[in-house]
Amino acid sequence: MTALAPPSTTPGLDHLDALESHALFILREVVAECERPVLLFSGGKDSAVLLHLAAKAFAPQGLPFPVLHVDTGHNFPEVLAFRDRAAARVGARLIVARVQDSIDRGRVPDPGDLASRNRLQSVTLLDAIAEHGVDAAFGGARRDEDKARAKERVLSFRDEFGQWDPRRQRPELWRLYQGRVNPGEHVRAFPLSDWTELDVWQYVAREGVDLPSIYFAHERPVVARDGMWLAVGEFVRPRDGERVEERTVRFRTVGDATGTGAVLSNAHTIEEVVAEVAAATVSERGATRGDDRFSETSMEDRKREGYF
Amino acid sequence: MPVATKDVLRLATVGSVDDGKSTLIGRLLVDTRLVADDHLDAVAAASERRGVGDLDLSFVTDGLRAEREQGITIDVAYRYATTPTRKLVIADCPGHVQYTRNMATGSSTADLALVAVDVAAGLKEQTRRHLVIAALLGVRALIVAVNKMDTVEWSRAAYERVVDDVGALARVLGATSVVAVPVSALHGDNVVERSTRAPWYAGPTVLEALEASDAGAWERSCGSRLPIQWVLRQGGGGRSYAGLVSGEALRVGDAVTLLPAGIETSIRAIRYGGRALDEAAVGLAADVELDHETDAGRGDLIATSPLPRVTRELEATVCWFGDDPLDLRGRRLRLKHTSRTTPVRVRALEGRIDVGSLEVTDADALATNEIGLVRLATAEPLVVDDYREDRVTGSFVLVDEATHATVAAGMVGRPPFVTVRR
Ligand SMILES: Nc1nc2c(ncn2[C@@H]2O[C@H](COP(=O)(O)OP(=O)(O)OP(=O)(O)O)[C@@H](O)[C@H]2O)c(=O)[nH]1
Ligand SMILES: [Mg+2]
Repeated sequence: MTALAPPSTTPGLDHLDALESHALFILREVVAECERPVLLFSGGKDSAVLLHLAAKAFAPQGLPFPVLHVDTGHNFPEVLAFRDRAAARVGARLIVARVQDSIDRGRVPDPGDLASRNRLQSVTLLDAIAEHGVDAAFGGARRDEDKARAKERVLSFRDEFGQWDPRRQRPELWRLYQGRVNPGEHVRAFPLSDWTELDVWQYVAREGVDLPSIYFAHERPVVARDGMWLAVGEFVRPRDGERVEERTVRFRTVGDATGTGAVLSNAHTIEEVVAEVAAATVSERGATRGDDRFSETSMEDRKREGYF
Repeated sequence: MPVATKDVLRLATVGSVDDGKSTLIGRLLVDTRLVADDHLDAVAAASERRGVGDLDLSFVTDGLRAEREQGITIDVAYRYATTPTRKLVIADCPGHVQYTRNMATGSSTADLALVAVDVAAGLKEQTRRHLVIAALLGVRALIVAVNKMDTVEWSRAAYERVVDDVGALARVLGATSVVAVPVSALHGDNVVERSTRAPWYAGPTVLEALEASDAGAWERSCGSRLPIQWVLRQGGGGRSYAGLVSGEALRVGDAVTLLPAGIETSIRAIRYGGRALDEAAVGLAADVELDHETDAGRGDLIATSPLPRVTRELEATVCWFGDDPLDLRGRRLRLKHTSRTTPVRVRALEGRIDVGSLEVTDADALATNEIGLVRLATAEPLVVDDYREDRVTGSFVLVDEATHATVAAGMVGRPPFVTVRR
């Protein structure tokens, strides 16, 4: 009998090869089964790895789907530059869906310039999915990120309202990923489901995957807020009583600039980041995401609404 | 770049509702310090808010609001843990019969079942159902955590009763290894820390048993299989066929047969991510070029001998998950097998497996979560092995044509452990 997914117990196939092969398999399976896939690209490390894998899965041909960036308008400039560079490198068609457009069209209320737009993204994302007739959206989410994500299928069904219903997930047996949907519905496909943060970094190191510079230690003015270090810039201004400090930091995740914290770090190289991640005792979202701290089930609630 | 290669063990928790599966996994992760500080703080805060003590260990994996409200696991949680000797991929499955489909989901990719049995309650029908499903899915290594030993004052007799009952069933089901451990997941005895409460027990802790298990090493009796997923056009007009290798490794020069067409050819080249290889290991998402120019495509299969069989008629075992019963006049169904999807009809329903007696009894229909033997007829030919020979070419799912929901897990062939009574 044959061992299954990822069969890294097989001699000759190391852990990263097994994870990579599984991801390539998922990418090909979804493209074969679905009519109009897109790849959701945030400019973060997971989507960078996903794009790298997508290019590998279909080489020597180009990507058989476009790349969709949901732009909160609250970006780190390094990340926007990286987005354009990464999409151009693999020759991907880049679609940008702007939260600002959703605000201007009255689809979502304007929370004000300096408020997080993380939650609003879901509406912009679902509108873009509808507009482009998308039936499968690849995302870089990993199960080790959050307790709700830990529950999610590799191919995760979304109803015509874009909602995830964790009580009624489709059975997902073996590697028989089953992505067909009726019009208006779609699936989210997560090729990195079984990867951990450390796997991602080891893979970045092995493959030389290009990343935005903010993932590596650099000097930056920050303020301490909500137990995190927030980068002072266009979208984060010091509040009364907050002191701006120059610190050596890096980012473990990249999200809406108003709510993504930096971590104090001296990890300047990939090798140093790998070592830092291997020794970390706080999870990446715990260290860096303001919006996950407010309620017990914030990720589950956002996912139900159609979030990434 | 020191990337330590550790072998991976995929395990699923199985057993009846409330026997302590999630608590056991929570205990395992907490006592090995594999839960991030902020996650542990959040579990403590949620426990306090819900009035379930300082730290409800089941909340480490029971992450959904409804799960915490009801104190029950609804769907599989996946956790990844690295011990000093190996990597663990843990699927914490629900025990409630209503969520059997989710337990099957979690067990279908597992090498080992971590069985939790409440020592005071003994081997319940639901535990039997899970053990039968795990056996059907080919999970042949078991670690039996005889749990809640604290509630029977660590009675050796109570422990041995459960070990005998589970052991007897496991033997019938064809388990290749069964390790039993008396534990209290709640108090942390014999999970990671060795207990002083059972001086009569000299075996491993649960963690030691996991680290020692050789469940990953499956015997292989069939040839190499490459179900074609996707055709890649190479420069110069050549084509290569991408898929995940199963069964045995595939080598350049291997004589292969393209099925179902039956065209004999050989492997001219193997690539992985653009790199040329001499050999594609099992599990590699390789692409191969064939000597013979053919119009092979998705759904076809490249195989070395012994060859799989080509058929439109299947004798199979199914676990039915649909909300409506499976019967001969039921909904229109599709079957997905490797990379091929075809319309399918249920020709005959040969019976239902009684999980208590392991007898197959006559049935007109299979209700949700029942297991049965069926004969299926497909519109297109399939290239199959028995599930016992190859987990990839022997497995399929049934899909509701109208809703596209996955309604059954199917395995080619019949389990050896059932007896047909007429
Ligand atoms: N006394 C005692 N209680 C335990 C032990 N292990 C678990 N429990 C309790 O048993 C109850 C059920 O535990 P869970 O871990 O949620 O059970 P489960 O098997 O995961 O249940 P489902 O996932 O819903 O099937 C909880 O109240 C636990 O605290 C133990 O070793 N001793
Ligand atoms: Mg549970």
